[in-house]
Amino acid sequence: MIIARTTKVVGASLASLTTLLYALPALAQSATSAATAAAPAAAAPAAPAINSGDTAWMLTSVALVLMMTIPGLGLFYAGMVRKKNVLATVMQSFAITCVVTLLWFIIGYSIAFTNDDPANPGKFIGSFAHFLLNGINVNSINGLAPTIPEYVFSMFQMTFAIITPALICGAFAERMKFSAMIIFMSLWLLFVYAPIAHWVWGGGFLGGLGVLDFAGGTVVHINAGVAGLVCALVLGRRKGFGTVNMAPHNLVLSFIGASLLWVGWFGFNAGSAVASNALAGAAMMNTQVATAAAALAWMFAEWLVVKKPSVLGIISGAVAGLVAVTPASGFVNPTGAFIIGIVAGVVCYYAAAHLKKMFGYDDSLDAFGVHGIGGIIGALLTGVFADAAINPLGANHSIITQLEGVVVTIVWTAVVTWVILMVTKMLVGLRASEAEEEEGLDITQHGESVAE
Amino acid sequence: MKLVVAIIKPSRLEEVRQALNSLDVHGMTVTEVKGYGRQKGHSEIYRGTEYAVHFLPKLKIEIAVEDALSDRVITAIREAAQTGRIGDGKIFVFDLEHVTRIRTGETGAAAL
Repeated sequence: MIIARTTKVVGASLASLTTLLYALPALAQSATSAATAAAPAAAAPAAPAINSGDTAWMLTSVALVLMMTIPGLGLFYAGMVRKKNVLATVMQSFAITCVVTLLWFIIGYSIAFTNDDPANPGKFIGSFAHFLLNGINVNSINGLAPTIPEYVFSMFQMTFAIITPALICGAFAERMKFSAMIIFMSLWLLFVYAPIAHWVWGGGFLGGLGVLDFAGGTVVHINAGVAGLVCALVLGRRKGFGTVNMAPHNLVLSFIGASLLWVGWFGFNAGSAVASNALAGAAMMNTQVATAAAALAWMFAEWLVVKKPSVLGIISGAVAGLVAVTPASGFVNPTGAFIIGIVAGVVCYYAAAHLKKMFGYDDSLDAFGVHGIGGIIGALLTGVFADAAINPLGANHSIITQLEGVVVTIVWTAVVTWVILMVTKMLVGLRASEAEEEEGLDITQHGESVAE
Repeated sequence: MKLVVAIIKPSRLEEVRQALNSLDVHGMTVTEVKGYGRQKGHSEIYRGTEYAVHFLPKLKIEIAVEDALSDRVITAIREAAQTGRIGDGKIFVFDLEHVTRIRTGETGAAAL
């Protein structure tokens, strides 16, 4: 398997073969015995060393990926809701950013990305030893990212942990109680995101299957998309769905948000090389090509069907392309990325505009239609278009192996999300009251409103 | 005195203002309103979901004028606001009973 855990090690190494040879022992370096054994003469070349170029790029990537959630995703979603819910919508992204930051610092990073014995990592969960980042200091290095400080690696992973639950908000927009949202997201981070991140990237069992996921097609997008679908089904439709006008109130906000997502995504995908190297460059090119292809594909599909090329269409297509190229970005060549983009643009348009209607669920802002479907397309097509010339870890690509990764993620996410929703419902209830929903969440949940 | 109330397309406001200005009408009140007449509304489609928008944005202009001027005002508004397409709006005229200028207390035609 080449989950990003391995990917990231290799990503860090592609710059030169020497770096590769040096990165692999670096994993063992974390184990005390190996360190001692390696200590003598070869100590200098074998010791993991912080690389300033890699660190500079990863510091930048952290900022870029954080920008994807605040303000990017917050604005993207806020523009699509009705005016009475715009503050509640940006509030969700901002509050999740704060809550996840603390949970990640308290225990999330520890259970997802550290192992008591790095040579023999936990299959299902990592270590509890780094509670409150205990034992991690300014000079620490995580074997998963041997050329950057562990604080930076933890921060980089934190920004992924922030955006994933924030994506789910699109599915239950305009109706979930704020208190329920906070409880649900906290539990979801600890019981869904952290374990899956560990399975795929932190040394867990999915890492052994051979699933290719460069930057988070399974961990982030399928995960959030499926959780969103479960939320939409459990919470039910918005009051008046299908009869009341629920048109987006200001697509300029969504345009700004989508544009920030696009730019931030270079930190997400190119940053997932966890190094400032050639593979990061390939991921960047693939990201750009797939996004443009998907944006135009959605736009033209819509143009054919409803006779107008829409702003919401082209920006939604761009996000679908970004999602789909995420697992593929460090494995495919630009031609593969181009095809993935076109498929994602057309299929996600179909999912958001037609599939949803067919089944009648109210995935309000298409968290499932874009992130779930786009993630699945990207994950599967990575198994088709992986090119060993871009990344040797993709040599044994297989769509069947990819499918295994997708199915495992879907099953765990769906089941545990449902359980967490039930627990949250017992504690505080899930939905705002009908009267509150009608008046709008801005005034009823937060006591504020935007100026007329 | 007459109160002329015109509902027009927002894009024609400047033309109407200029036409009235040349008639020596130097005051008006403009309000952003929504409504429909024969034009009905239009539909908007977002990610495949179609919404009928019944009320379209229009501007409501209110002008108080002396009786002698009202016909010319109506003609000026009609000519300036007309595009020939459905949705150009309507002009309503009411008898105006009384006017007071708040600053000076003047009333009637002197207050216009």
